[in-house]
Amino acid sequence: MSAAAQAANSAEGGAARGGALMRVSGVEMRFGGIVALDGVSFDVGHREICGLIGPNGSGKTTMFNCISGFYRYTVGDIVFDGTSIKDLARHRMVELGIGRTFQNVALFRSMTVRQNMMVGHHYRGTSGFLSNALRLPRARADGREAARQADELIELLELGAQANLPVGGLPFGWQKRVELGRAMIAAPKLLLLDEPAAGLNHGEVDELGALIKRLRSHFSLSILLVEHHMSLVMQVSDRVVALEFGRKIADGTPEEVQRDPEVIRAYLGEGEEAAHV
Amino acid sequence: MNANLSRLLRAVFVVAALLVPLFFASGYQLFQLTLVVAYALSVLGKNLVTGFGGQVSLGQGAFYAVGAYTAAILMEHFDVPYWATIPVAAVTTGMVGLALGLPALRLGGLYLALVTFSMAVSVPQLLKYKLFEDWTGGVQGIVLLKPDAPFGLDLNPDQWLYLFSFVVGAALFLAANNLVRSRIGLAMRAIRDQPLAAEAMGVELARYKTLTFGVGALFAGVGGALGAIAVGFVSPDSFTIALSLTLFVGMVIGGASSISGAIYGAVFIVFMPNLAEEISKAVPGAIFGAILILFMFFAPGGIASLLEAQLRRLRAAR
Repeated sequence: MSAAAQAANSAEGGAARGGALMRVSGVEMRFGGIVALDGVSFDVGHREICGLIGPNGSGKTTMFNCISGFYRYTVGDIVFDGTSIKDLARHRMVELGIGRTFQNVALFRSMTVRQNMMVGHHYRGTSGFLSNALRLPRARADGREAARQADELIELLELGAQANLPVGGLPFGWQKRVELGRAMIAAPKLLLLDEPAAGLNHGEVDELGALIKRLRSHFSLSILLVEHHMSLVMQVSDRVVALEFGRKIADGTPEEVQRDPEVIRAYLGEGEEAAHV
Repeated sequence: MNANLSRLLRAVFVVAALLVPLFFASGYQLFQLTLVVAYALSVLGKNLVTGFGGQVSLGQGAFYAVGAYTAAILMEHFDVPYWATIPVAAVTTGMVGLALGLPALRLGGLYLALVTFSMAVSVPQLLKYKLFEDWTGGVQGIVLLKPDAPFGLDLNPDQWLYLFSFVVGAALFLAANNLVRSRIGLAMRAIRDQPLAAEAMGVELARYKTLTFGVGALFAGVGGALGAIAVGFVSPDSFTIALSLTLFVGMVIGGASSISGAIYGAVFIVFMPNLAEEISKAVPGAIFGAILILFMFFAPGGIASLLEAQLRRLRAAR
């Protein structure tokens, strides 16, 4: 990691610590006979950027799916802001304050950039079928508010020129930005990012890292980053949690985790470790 | 020109154009146009469910039948005035749609196609069923009287019915247009495009799918009621699976994810079979099929998207 990135990390890392926003405790997840998560526990603090890493098959995607309500864990619990998400319906996650993006971008392809973002505002609307069909004042107010917030984010993400274009035609990197905006318009307390660097080139990854930090400071939210791209994780995270075979093997600052012998062994294998020792 | 003013002018122009036939068209032509309105409403319901909501339904004809019979039974057995049957048909059909949609939509995907298909197949038989015969008139169906124009208006029954259907249709098209532009419409499209992402945005899938299906049925019910009043007769064999498939054709040809597409689709299914028969008396079905294929080639997104593309080109050229 570069010296500049390290300096940035220590500057922001200290302030980010505090009481836990989300507490994962002893979560276990099995598929048939295979144990995908074996009692994983970790915290994500307020305003903290937490990186979740691990080799393929380590369980980080399973963990992500448990937190986003896609998988139902049976043992252990995940408590977000005082509420267990164990039996929470997926469409209620956003109300609780959990926003997410998807690994390969799941935008609403037939819609424009602005419309995509307006869907992100959906859960805050209260008007139903009838009042919208009749364009009653409440329905109009919902629409205005969604449009206003969408425009705000479009400006923040510098998507003004693309706002009314269908999202399907945009370059991949921009689609990712739209997806971030769509998640952000719901004003989540925790943003779950599922491999945001996948499919981006070197320059785009750097931009993404800067954007993630900008989002954190602008919206003062927490971010859980599940990512393969090691330099991105180390560059933006305040804290890194490493998994292997469904177990947590390290939890600490990027520097600590990078030095951790367990992590080095997990990534480089036994032979390499022997060589280092 | 001011955008609002130009929109208003356009609306006035369209309304005026649609009212012209009132004074020039023959009685039979007006009857056909009234049928266009009835079918357009049914196709519009399908567009909401399938085009915007992404749920494949094959049974719109069954809801059309429920609307038609609701109107007919109310007029025949309860002496309800024809105009008052419209809201009752709307609510009844909407309820039937919700009741059928609830289980099918939870299963999702192609199950809905199966359930709606079974519905379309069974409705004519249910209408002939002995137990309901006192109400439905069995195989004979129910004959209705054509209503006269009210308030001493100087219009014959065909003219009046076209005007009446036109007003009802315009109101419902306006409502549908409002709906798809609202947060509800965005949620419907979000479910079609990316259900998981829609859910992550707080859209409750089952609820929206079911309600959309109910609204789609409601539109068909109103169409059915208008159709029954215009034809002056309902019978089980007018509402076979062929009707459902015809409405499906109307949806695809008109343009499924468009509001105005429902009108083009309805015009197509009312007039094209006659045209095909004029081309060849022997094989009108084959001609109709060939025309469908031609449309698939030249307007794959339906007539609505073809017109939209032309309009865009005109604007760009200007």
